[in-house]
Amino acid sequence: MTAPANRHQGDAVLAAGGSPPAGGAGGAALAPEPPGAAGASGAEGIRLALSDAQRQARERCRGFVAEWVAPHAGAWDRAGRMPPEVIAELRRRGYLGAHLAREVGGGGVDAITYGLLTEEIGRGCSSLRSLMTVHDMVSEAVRRWGSPYLKREVLPRLARAELLAALALSEPNVGSDAASVETEAERDGDAFVLTGRKRWITFGMVADLFLVFARCGGQVAAFLVPAAAGGLERQPITTVVGTRAAHLAELTLERCRVPADHLVGRVGFGFTHVAATALDHGRYSVAWGAVGIAQACLDACLAYTASRHQFGKPLAKHQLVQRQLTRMIVDARAARLLCYQAGYRRSLGAPDAATETLIAKYFASRAATRAANDAVQLHGANGLSQDYPVERYLRDAKVTEIIEGSTQIQEIAIASYPPEEL
Amino acid sequence: MTEVETRIKTFLSRFFRQHDLQPGEDIFALGFVNSLLAMQLVSFIEKEFGVAVEDEDLDLDNFRTLAAMDALVERKRGAAAAAPAG
Repeated sequence: MTAPANRHQGDAVLAAGGSPPAGGAGGAALAPEPPGAAGASGAEGIRLALSDAQRQARERCRGFVAEWVAPHAGAWDRAGRMPPEVIAELRRRGYLGAHLAREVGGGGVDAITYGLLTEEIGRGCSSLRSLMTVHDMVSEAVRRWGSPYLKREVLPRLARAELLAALALSEPNVGSDAASVETEAERDGDAFVLTGRKRWITFGMVADLFLVFARCGGQVAAFLVPAAAGGLERQPITTVVGTRAAHLAELTLERCRVPADHLVGRVGFGFTHVAATALDHGRYSVAWGAVGIAQACLDACLAYTASRHQFGKPLAKHQLVQRQLTRMIVDARAARLLCYQAGYRRSLGAPDAATETLIAKYFASRAATRAANDAVQLHGANGLSQDYPVERYLRDAKVTEIIEGSTQIQEIAIASYPPEEL
Repeated sequence: MTEVETRIKTFLSRFFRQHDLQPGEDIFALGFVNSLLAMQLVSFIEKEFGVAVEDEDLDLDNFRTLAAMDALVERKRGAAAAAPAG
């Protein structure tokens, strides 16, 4: 798949005050607004630009995806597995734990660069992108709420992806109402003993470590559970339609004993703070991944409608096709801009970053589904076949509307806590 | 009402809408606080007052009232000031 030459033209980051973005590798492109920067015209009140470092990071990642990912993603999807050497390459290139500080072994990239990398990998393969999502959700939760012991002993290994992590929140009876987990944890001396089942665990079959949420004395708590822990078993789930190479698993915990120092956060804060932190990070990742799907749909459709002729002219010259292409182009750009906005607020550590992230994820995941639906339609019977990637995009796009808070859950949250006007 | 309490009240008023929150009032009992707001509240306190909320601070009693949050901020500021430089 080759990207059209005009792809991403004019991509930009919201930066206040007209200041040039900070340059250095991994540095944030977003400059704070200098005093008195808002001029009378207001023209310099908002600035849209990526730094050179951000563009270079995106180009490097695009090259990786073009060589390692996009040409093979269909085969991985059909096989229902991700080759270990691809995961190893993702690790080697620092794309797992990229958002963590260099001091702990992470990539030290800013929120925008992190998003750009996620979009590129999501454009090539949503299954691989979902590995970044779940690994980084766990590592972010440990960074934010881990004890000094976990930050010292576990976080650096997550940052270097020596250990792969997966999030174990959903259960057979618990989806959107995640605070109602039924897995039980009981204190037993210097350990907790966990019993229950976890379902739909992305990369659960290959993860070394799980962030497991359980009810402890009626309150939710989060635990880091090694895959090798006694009493933990995992079974593959192979009957899913989307992100089929994401090694989904069902976990069974039967009196699984976890050292007490593997508690993340405190008992009672497992959902409101630990899961919320992980899900917030996951939504940011999924939002960008959805932008990647929407862009991949657009790339595929621009190429296909330019070369495919019906009624004596290319599909792209038919006005109804142009309408679909236009919707796809505008949706992808709008979704990306919302992701930039969320990334900007995240880079500032702004309290409303979580809401902006909700909005970005809500829009981007729906845009991806719309784009993929249209992409299949534009490809006709070819779109239904595995000869073209768009059927995979449609299956993968639908996943983004369900994970890390469904579209309907986002609608409740956004309406309940609307952000302030920009 | 202290300055810290006033600033937190201003932040929360966006979510609590027409409720006039008092320093000793239990914000959890009011039913407005979900996980999204809980997380935003932590982010607000950290950014607004330049303190770091750690896992050891995760105690509902630290966030239950404006007065409790005021005390948490003062405690964190005091600990930061007492820490050896570097």
